[in-house]
Amino acid sequence: MRVETFLSASAARLGDKTALVAGKTRLSYRQLEAMSDALAAGLRARGVQRDDRVLVLLDNCWEAAVAIFAILKAGAVFSPVNASTKADKLAYIAQNCGARALISQPRLAGVVAEATALGAAFDLVVLSEPSEALPDAVALQPLLAVPLAAPSTAGIDCDLAMLIYTSGSTGRPKGVMMSHRNIEAAASSITSYLENTEDDVILNVLPLAFDYGLYQLLMAIKVGATLVLEKSFAFPQAIFATMRAEKVTGFPLVPTMAAMILNMKDLEPGSFPDLRYISNTAAALPPAHIERLRALLPGTTIFSMYGLTECKRCTYLPPARLDDKTGSVGIAIPNTEAFVVDDAGRRTAPGEVGQLVIRGPHVMQGYWGDPDATARALRPGPNPWEKVLYTGDLFYADAEGFLFFVGRTDDIIKTRGEKVAPKEVEAALSACPGVVEAVVVGRQDAVLGQTIHAIVVASDPALTERDVIRHCARLLEEFMVPKSVEFRESLPKTDTGKVSRRLAAESLETI
Amino acid sequence: MTDTPQNTIRAFIIDNFLFGDTSQEIADDTSLIDNNLVDSTGVLELVFFLETTFDIKVADTEVVPDNLDSIGAMAAYIETKRRAAA
Repeated sequence: MRVETFLSASAARLGDKTALVAGKTRLSYRQLEAMSDALAAGLRARGVQRDDRVLVLLDNCWEAAVAIFAILKAGAVFSPVNASTKADKLAYIAQNCGARALISQPRLAGVVAEATALGAAFDLVVLSEPSEALPDAVALQPLLAVPLAAPSTAGIDCDLAMLIYTSGSTGRPKGVMMSHRNIEAAASSITSYLENTEDDVILNVLPLAFDYGLYQLLMAIKVGATLVLEKSFAFPQAIFATMRAEKVTGFPLVPTMAAMILNMKDLEPGSFPDLRYISNTAAALPPAHIERLRALLPGTTIFSMYGLTECKRCTYLPPARLDDKTGSVGIAIPNTEAFVVDDAGRRTAPGEVGQLVIRGPHVMQGYWGDPDATARALRPGPNPWEKVLYTGDLFYADAEGFLFFVGRTDDIIKTRGEKVAPKEVEAALSACPGVVEAVVVGRQDAVLGQTIHAIVVASDPALTERDVIRHCARLLEEFMVPKSVEFRESLPKTDTGKVSRRLAAESLETI
Repeated sequence: MTDTPQNTIRAFIIDNFLFGDTSQEIADDTSLIDNNLVDSTGVLELVFFLETTFDIKVADTEVVPDNLDSIGAMAAYIETKRRAAA
């Protein structure tokens, strides 16, 4: 099944029902269907062909939902890009996947113009409203005003649906290729264990460019639920008011948000009587937080989950096992397998640490234009016709097969629920005038999970922490910018003279 | 620059969230969230700054966009709090 049929089927069944609430805008299923049909036809008329890549550089707004379904209806591939992405990375992504078009908003027009100057070559730019910074861009409204049917030849479900760029350990992001079938498999599996129905009202404050946020949209539309889209969790009280007003039943979280909720002094147990479930992923919730969330949300089920972009979701902990399997990320999601293997690829015994491997219809098709990285991640599976995903995450399974996270095989830092490759931050630091060399490590933090800490050797004694952070803020998305910078005479090195992140991290612990 | 609450808050935002970068103009009514100037942890830092600088107590229920999403909103909010305390 193709992903745009999630919308068409729900629109046929529930036309007048509210599909999306975004700020003051409410769109029914019929409106979302008609708007995405019109935009799909508009994109086709302006040269977007089947299998073309179209970037979606928008914050959490109704236009993003329309854009994503329109791109799929046009037979093209959408790639959601975080709205805080800087020009250099946007240009890289655009060039890496040869993006034909981009859909964005006036606030980000400057970044788009800058990326174009850096080599991004978009045949078509659509903006939600006109902007002086991009005079050649096409405005969205006139396209939506023409009621056109969607193109009839979108494609089939083994076509590519989405490219989602994720931090690679090499320092440059990699485009994870997901087919329509991959997305449908993941969405079906996840909605089955969350028991989502059209009665659900799901609140999403996570960026749509983050697959956890994106799937809230795709899954809500698939089951015919209502999605309430918010731009951020910066004002929890405003979000809580929305939750009560919209009678929200499902609320996906990352650990940072859980920590913020638990920090609130005035919140009473039972404040959200309609809330059926919360879910958590990106990093494990500390057991103490789970206890306190249960006290605060007595009628709410807690789903603890684990995943990575390359297969969307790996495991979930069935809520009934939250007490006796504390600290476990659970078992494979329905219709998939998750198991631990040793270096030779053999399944390990219970308790033995090895690499987690994922098998199932949700496993990606590979990394765009990167056969080497693809071959490292996707390796031969139990049958000659299939590939399985090597996650790079170290795990062990207990006697019942419940999985426990041990660590990464690489240096990826998880902060605010997002993955950060130290190399990407180090590349930005190296480009800072006055910096000789730098190494980046994660530092434990109660609210953020880990924060990014930079250790820098400077040639310019006048260079300050603030100078370095400001430099990074110009080049990197905000979650990648170091929170702290430390100046040293030299960096920790191995016996062979190689800068060592492990030694750098250890040197922090002894301070 | 006169030492109004608006200017004090603006200086804090430039210092802490823009790391001294003054190329972007922040008007009194510029939305901090919509323009990506402040994120969720930034709001917590802002609350702490307002409490310590202006000697007010910010309740959880007052951490809402109407009070904190722009420099002007914060200045008005501080004024209300001070008047209530007087």
